[in-house]
Amino acid sequence: MSKVLLQVEDLRSYFFTRKGVVKAVDGVSFHVNEGETFGLIGESACGKTVTALSIIRLLPEPAGQVVDGKIILDGVNLLELDKKEMRHYRGRVISMILQDPMTSLNPVYTVGDQIAEAVKLYQGLRDEKVTEEVISALRLLKIPSPEVVMRNYPFQLSGGMRQRVVGAIAMSCHPRLLIADEPTTALDATIQAQYIALFKDIQEKTNVSILFITHDFGVVANMCHRVAVMYAGRILETATTREIFKDPKHPYTSALMQSVPRLDQKGGRLYSITGQPPSLRGLPAGCRFAPRCPVVKPVCLEQEPPEVKIGEGHFVSCWRVK
Amino acid sequence: MLSIIPSIEKRPEKIYTGGLSRRTRIVRKLTLVIPATILILMVIIAIFADLSWIGLPDVGLAPHNPNAGVITDRFLPPSFMEGGKSDYLLGTDRLGRDVLSRVIHGTRVSLSISMLVIFITASIGTVLGILSGYLGGRIDGFIMRVTDMALSFPGILLALLLAVSIGEGYWTVVLALSLLGWAGYTRMVRGEALRLRESDFVAQARISGASGWRIMLRHIFPNTINSLIVMMTLSVGMIILMESTLSYLGIGVTAPTSSWGSMVADGRSYLDTAWWIALFPGIAIGLVVMSGNFLGDWIRDRLDPRLRQV
Repeated sequence: MSKVLLQVEDLRSYFFTRKGVVKAVDGVSFHVNEGETFGLIGESACGKTVTALSIIRLLPEPAGQVVDGKIILDGVNLLELDKKEMRHYRGRVISMILQDPMTSLNPVYTVGDQIAEAVKLYQGLRDEKVTEEVISALRLLKIPSPEVVMRNYPFQLSGGMRQRVVGAIAMSCHPRLLIADEPTTALDATIQAQYIALFKDIQEKTNVSILFITHDFGVVANMCHRVAVMYAGRILETATTREIFKDPKHPYTSALMQSVPRLDQKGGRLYSITGQPPSLRGLPAGCRFAPRCPVVKPVCLEQEPPEVKIGEGHFVSCWRVK
Repeated sequence: MLSIIPSIEKRPEKIYTGGLSRRTRIVRKLTLVIPATILILMVIIAIFADLSWIGLPDVGLAPHNPNAGVITDRFLPPSFMEGGKSDYLLGTDRLGRDVLSRVIHGTRVSLSISMLVIFITASIGTVLGILSGYLGGRIDGFIMRVTDMALSFPGILLALLLAVSIGEGYWTVVLALSLLGWAGYTRMVRGEALRLRESDFVAQARISGASGWRIMLRHIFPNTINSLIVMMTLSVGMIILMESTLSYLGIGVTAPTSSWGSMVADGRSYLDTAWWIALFPGIAIGLVVMSGNFLGDWIRDRLDPRLRQV
C-alpha cells in the first residue's frame, strides 16, 4: 500500500456565534495517500469546505476554530505549528483551489505577475528563472501559448482559462497536497470534463495528492480513488470509488445515488430525500441522518452509531450495518 | 477549443458607447476636455507665474510684480472699462497692485496647498484605512473612533487655534487642512479594504502563503486606487475653498503674498466701488472648484467596472 500523506483524526471545527455554537465539523477522520485523489462528497453546508479550511488553517478566526483533533501531514501535526511556520507550509506543501475562478484572481495584476508572486515568495529566484517557472506552471495546466497568456489580465480570459490559471498558481510551488474545493462547479460540463482530465494528467506527472471536495457523484467517479461521504459535519461512509458505486452501505449514500438522474433509467420522478439537513446548532441525539432515513430503527434516534469496518478500506457508521 | 486568447496587443480600440446619440457623446467628452484643460492651464500658470525658480523673477506670465503697487494707480478699473489703463487688464487694488498679476501668483498658493494637502491626507488616510479594514478588531475600533472625532471637529475652529498658537501662514493652512482631512479617506479606504479582505483573491493569496503585510500592500492597496483617484480629484475644489475661507478669515498666507481667498477678503470692503478686486479671484476659485468636480465625476464614471471591462 502506498504511503499516507495526510492523516486527519477526529477533527472538530466549531463556529462560536452569538446564537450558539455551530458544529460545522464534528469528529471527522480520514487519510489521503501519496499520489491519490480522495473525494469528499456531501450536500451544501455539510462541512466540506470547513474541513478544507481547517487543514490549511484558514478558518475565519476568531469565530471559527478547530477545537479538537489532529491534522498530520507527513508526520507533522499542522495544528501545533505557529502562524509563521504554517505560512511556510501554505503554497509550498499544501495548496488550494477555490470554487469561483471569476473572483479568485486579483483584477489589477497580469496572470504572470500573480503566478510569479507565489514563485518568488518561496524560491527566491532571479527574474529570468521566475519567468521560466511561470511558463512551466502554465504549461503544466495546458494553457495554450503561455507567453501570451501571462501578459493578460484576468478579465481578458474566459472562466475555464481563469480556473486553469488558478490551478497554475496552486501548482507553481510544487505542493504535495492540493485541496480542490469544488473547482469545477462554476464551469460548464465540457470544460469540467477537460479540467478533470487535466488534473488526472497533472497527478500522473507530479504525484501530487488531491483532496477533492465536490457534491457531484459524476466528478467523483471520474476523478477519485477513494471517497468519503459527509453529512452534517460527520463522515458517514468511506470506501473506494468502485465500492461506493457498486455497493453503498449507508442509507444516505444510496439515497444520494438514487437522486442522481441516470441515462439508463427513463421516466418517472427523480428520487429525493425527504426533509432538510439538521441545523448544525442543535443536532439531534443519535444518528444525524435518522430523521430523514428511510430505514430508521429506534436505536438510531438514541445513540450515535460507531464506525464499523466492513471490508478493505470500507468504513460505515450505521446501526443497520454489522 | 480555447484557442481564442485575447491579448493586449490585439484588443480592439473601439470603445463602447452604449448607443448614445452623437450629441450626448460630445457633451460627455466636453465634460472631460474643458475641466482638464482648465486645470492643466492653471498648473502651467502657477509654474510660469514668474521664473524666480531659475533666477529670473522679472520674467513670466504675470505682467507686474504682484506685491509692489503704484500708489497713484489705486482702484483703477479693468482696461476694458471707462477709466481703465491698458497696462492693468483686470484693474488694480487699493494699493495700486495689478489684480491680474496677483490672481496669477495666487494660483501658486492655492494649487500648491491643495496638492500638498491632498497628498498628505490621502497617504495618511490610505494607510490607516487599510490597516483598519484589514486588521479589524480593536485596531479598527480605535482608528474609526479617532476618525469620527476628526470628522466631527469643526475645521475652522482648529485652524483658528493653530493660527493663534503657531501663527498664521502657508504651513498653518496646510497643517490645519491635513489634520482633519485624512478622516474622509480613512473611512472610504476602510470600506474598500473590508470588502476586499473577504474576496477570493485575498483568500487565494493567503493560500499561497502571503503574509498580512504583503496582502495589504500587493492585493488590497492596488484595488483601492480607483476610488482614491476619484476622491482626490473631487477634493481639489473642496481644499481650495477651505484655503480661501481660511485666507478670507485672515488665517491663511500672510500679506503681501496673494492667495485667491485673501484677495476676495481684501476686495470685500470695496465691493460697491471696486468690485473687480474680489470678482476675478472669485472667478478663479469657481473655475478650479468646478473643474475639479467635473473631472472627478468623469473619472468616477470611467472607472466604473461595468464600463471598464468592455
